Amino acid sequence: MRYLVLLKAAQPATPPPPELMDAIMKLGGEATAAGALLDTAGLLPSAAGARVSLQAGSLSVTDGPFTEAKEMISYALYQVGSKEEAVGWASKFLALHRDLWEGWEGDADVLKVMGPEDFGNAPTE
Amino acid sequence: MTAADPRRVVEAVWRTESARIIAALARMVGDVGLAEELAQDVLVIALEQWPEDGVPQHPASWLMATAKHRAVDTLRRQSRYRQKLEEVGRATPDSHEPDLAADIDDYVGDDLLRLIFATCHPVLSTEARAALTLRLLGGLSTEEIARAYLTSESTVGQRITRAKRTLAEKKVPIELPPPAEAAARLASVLEVIYLIFNEGYAATAGADWARPALCDEALRLGRMVASLASQEPEVHGLVALMEFQASRMRARTAPDGSPVLLQDQDRRLWDRLLIRRGFEALARAEGTWGPYVLQASIAACHARASRAEETDWERVAALYQVLAHVSPSPVVELNRAVAVSYAESPQRALEIVDGLADSLAAYPLLAAVRGDLLARLGRPAEARAEFERAAQMTKNEGERALFRGRAAALA
Repeated sequence: MRYLVLLKAAQPATPPPPELMDAIMKLGGEATAAGALLDTAGLLPSAAGARVSLQAGSLSVTDGPFTEAKEMISYALYQVGSKEEAVGWASKFLALHRDLWEGWEGDADVLKVMGPEDFGNAPTE
Repeated sequence: MTAADPRRVVEAVWRTESARIIAALARMVGDVGLAEELAQDVLVIALEQWPEDGVPQHPASWLMATAKHRAVDTLRRQSRYRQKLEEVGRATPDSHEPDLAADIDDYVGDDLLRLIFATCHPVLSTEARAALTLRLLGGLSTEEIARAYLTSESTVGQRITRAKRTLAEKKVPIELPPPAEAAARLASVLEVIYLIFNEGYAATAGADWARPALCDEALRLGRMVASLASQEPEVHGLVALMEFQASRMRARTAPDGSPVLLQDQDRRLWDRLLIRRGFEALARAEGTWGPYVLQASIAACHARASRAEETDWERVAALYQVLAHVSPSPVVELNRAVAVSYAESPQRALEIVDGLADSLAAYPLLAAVRGDLLARLGRPAEARAEFERAAQMTKNEGERALFRGRAAALA
């Protein structure tokens, strides 16, 4: 089963410490070597993006930045055996931020990608 | 919203760490069974302590450090204390205090590789190898393995216990195989991983999800070995083959559970991410021609074709010819015949198939391929008889329905 982990946080005033970036690379290597990490990348601030909306029957395009307090920072797609395992990888990822970037706060949303196991007689967890 | 309770945190950490912990312990104590017992002890300690004292700052390091302490204690109690302790002293970091550096840098890659070489050791039956590998490296419970293999928990439990005992009795060392044995031992590891994959791939739609999930487990094991033994092209070949095959998972069964043949699959359902990963893995094995690389190259031909008619059948036929040379088998010949039927002519393919009549007499797919070729050659009565024969021979309900359908359409 696959889980998409979306990292969300307020846009920081300073760039991330290089030690954190090193640690993230190592953790990514570890998750890849474990066969769990399928795909991951950082996301630029929404100022570099746009939003396409449909409202009252008409399409509109708005350039970023958007006004949300938090920005999407990165995504990671994991192939794991359980939700606990996906939570385990996301926890490791946030623990690195805790240890190496003082004051940083954010959320990693762990979302299940719909898969064949979500149909029929599969367990719901 | 609820905060995760410590028990669930333990579970989460355990799922990602158990293989590494067992692998490190196995290297230290030199016994797979004892390593698993010690690891279980550590899990129990965590389940007792974390809800009481709170979850440690670095749960993974805590587990690993506690596990190593237990291993040292055990070795100390054993008579081999002095000699072993020296080895342990050399092989582990001085500090048992959990710290971040240990969390990230603790190099366990070779431990995992040593462990999988042990669990896939040829002294064990293939069934035992698969069960032990799933248990110790996949972290699956005995119950999960039993469900996946449609057998009882006690059967799997006994299989695993016996396998561990055999490894101990035969004094199978937990080490990377010596150069003279390396190729054969690696082949055994790859065989086990591919067997696990095929066990899951053979599951029909609507089957208990534990079975198809074996494909995911096999892929993860394959990717793990590929990253640890990246110099081995066949490992990448196997991973590529599994990524390509798994990419067709959603397209290969109809909603009613019946199988959909490759040429009839809705290719929009193919998983593009896995196809991309398949090509990446195959590129790492470029220029080599082992059996897995060849099979993956054939799968790649199909992955490249966005419609069945665009398949490069000449390349597929040529690859099968090489495969038949590298690892000769009548089933490979049968597959080559199918490719030849499109690359050259059904008549030419029929000649190949007729040469296999003796070796594959009881193989339903031989009759089915023959039926298909005869139908395309405008010989419907003979084709129909072949499909009926195929339907009688197969043990798979979905296949039977498919063959009956083809026979009925020729009436």
